[in-house]
Amino acid sequence: MTMYAAIIYSADVDYSAPEHAEEMAEYGAFSMAAAHAIRGGAALFPTATATTVRASGKGGEIVTSDGPYAETKEALTGFFLLEADDLDAAIALAAQIPAAWNGAVEVRPVVPMMG
Amino acid sequence: MSHDAAAPGPEETLVALVRDAGRDVLASLAREVGDLALAEDAVQDAVLRALDRWPVDGVPDRPAAWLRVVARNRARDLVRAESRREAREERAHREDLVTGRHSAAPAHDQEDPMSSSYPGHFPEGPDEIPPEVLHDDLLRLLFTCCHPSLAPASQVALALRTLCGLSEEEIARALLSTPDAVAKRLVRTRQKIRAAGIPYKVPSEAELPQRWAAVLTTVYLLLNEGYSATAGPDLVRPALLEQALRLAGLLHALRPDDVGACALLALGLLQDSRRAERLDDDGVPKLLADQDRSRWDRAAIRAGSELVTAGLRLSTAGAPVDRYLAQAAIAACHALAPDYAATDWDAIVSWYDALLVTDPSPVVALNRAVALAERDGAEAGLTAVLAVPGLERYPLWHATQAVLLRRLGREEEAARADARAAALPLPEPTRRLLDPAG
Repeated sequence: MTMYAAIIYSADVDYSAPEHAEEMAEYGAFSMAAAHAIRGGAALFPTATATTVRASGKGGEIVTSDGPYAETKEALTGFFLLEADDLDAAIALAAQIPAAWNGAVEVRPVVPMMG
Repeated sequence: MSHDAAAPGPEETLVALVRDAGRDVLASLAREVGDLALAEDAVQDAVLRALDRWPVDGVPDRPAAWLRVVARNRARDLVRAESRREAREERAHREDLVTGRHSAAPAHDQEDPMSSSYPGHFPEGPDEIPPEVLHDDLLRLLFTCCHPSLAPASQVALALRTLCGLSEEEIARALLSTPDAVAKRLVRTRQKIRAAGIPYKVPSEAELPQRWAAVLTTVYLLLNEGYSATAGPDLVRPALLEQALRLAGLLHALRPDDVGACALLALGLLQDSRRAERLDDDGVPKLLADQDRSRWDRAAIRAGSELVTAGLRLSTAGAPVDRYLAQAAIAACHALAPDYAATDWDAIVSWYDALLVTDPSPVVALNRAVALAERDGAEAGLTAVLAVPGLERYPLWHATQAVLLRRLGREEEAARADARAAALPLPEPTRRLLDPAG
C-alpha cells in the first residue's frame, strides 16, 4: 500500500459559506464512499486568508507576506490523504473527488516516514 | 523485422536475438522482483555478457534461458548490494542522531525513493517461462511503459529502452536528443514508476480499451517519427522505424484479433515499403509521383495489404473505421497502384472520408482535398483546400494551394502562395513531443 496526497485545485471561494453547502455535501458523500481509503484531509479557507511565511535562516528573522505562495486561476483548496494499492487505484479514487470535474486533482505519492 | 535489400550480417542477427531474448527475460524478471529498474539493470548486464560471450562460445541452445539465469543471478547480487548499502546508511543515520552530526548522505541518496523497498528474499524461478505467462509479462511491460501518467516522451524513451533494448546512446540518436538528456529522462521516469506506484500489471477489463488505445498511440507516434521526421537532416530514420515496426509486430502478436494493432503493423510495413525511394540522392523528399515503384519493397507491401484485409475482417460492421486502419488502407491504395496515374483516387477519397469521422483534423481534411484534386481536377481540389479552416500557419496548406493554382495557370497567385509557405517555419509537432529535453 502506498500513501497518496490528492491535492485539490478548484475555485478560490469560501467553501464554508452557505451558498457552497451543496458542493460540501458532495465532498461529504465522497468521504463516506471512500472512507476505507481516506487517512486524512482538510478543506482550506480561500487564498485571501493565506499568509506566506519565510525566515532569513533557521531561527532568523521572520518575513511574512499576504496571500498564497503562488497565484493561480485554480487555487489549492484542500487535500485528502489516500491509501491505495497502486497509482491506478489512487487515480480511480481521485476521479471521484468533486474537484476532478470542477477543477483538478493532483495525485502525488507521500514520502514514507523513516523509522 | 528488417526489410532492407541486404540481409543482416551475423553480428546484427546476434544483436537482434539478444535484444528479443533480453526483452522477454526483462518482462518476466520485472514481475519476479517487482521492480522494473532493478530488472533492467540486471538484464542489461546479462545482455552485455551475452554480446561478449556468444560470439566466442557460440549461441546457447536456449538463448532466453541462458540470459534468464545470468540476469536472475545478477539481480540477486544487486539486491544483496542494495540491502548492504541500506544497512550501512541506516547505521550511519543512527550514529548521526546519537552524535548530533548532520553529515547526511548525498542529496541524491535522500531523494532516492528506491530505498527500503527491496524484498529481503529473492524468488527462485524456472529458466523457461510458459508462453501464456510470457505473453502476460510482455503485456505488463507494455502497459507500464505506456502508462497514461507518463509523458509521451517518457513513454517512448522507456519503450525503446525496455521493449526494444536500445542503449541510451541509441535512443538519443533515434530521438535526435543527447545521451545525457535521455539518461535524465529515464531516471525521472523510473523514479516516478517506483515512487508513484505505477503498477506492473495488465489493466482490468474495464480499463483495458482506454489503456490499449494509449499503447497504440505511443507506437503510432514512434512509427510516424521514424517515417517522417518533420524537419531536420534525415527525413527517414531507419533505426527508429525498425524499432517501431518491431513494437507494432509485438502488439499484433500479443493481440492478433485487435483491429488497431493489425492496422498499425500494416501502416508501418506499407510506409516502410517506400523507404528506398523516399529521398533523392541529395536527401530531398521525392513526391509519390516521382518515385520508382520497382524499388518499393514488394514483400512489405504484400504483408501490409494482407493485414489491411485482416483488419477489415476484424472490424465491426457499421461502426466507424479504426483510424489507423483507414490510414493503412490509404497507404495500401498507393502501394498497390502500378503507377501514379493509375492510383484509385476514388477509393482514397472514401478512406479519407472514413478517417475524418474518427479524426476530424484540418490536416486530414487537407490530405483529402489533395486526393480530391487528383480525382475531380485542380479547381475542385482548390475549393476543398480553401475550405479547410485553421491552417493559416501550416506551410503545406499554402504550398498545396500554389501547386493547384499553377495547374490552373494562375501563376501570380501561385507565386504569392509559395511566398506565404516559405515564410512559415516547418511544423515540428512530433519533434516537440518526442524531444526528451522538452
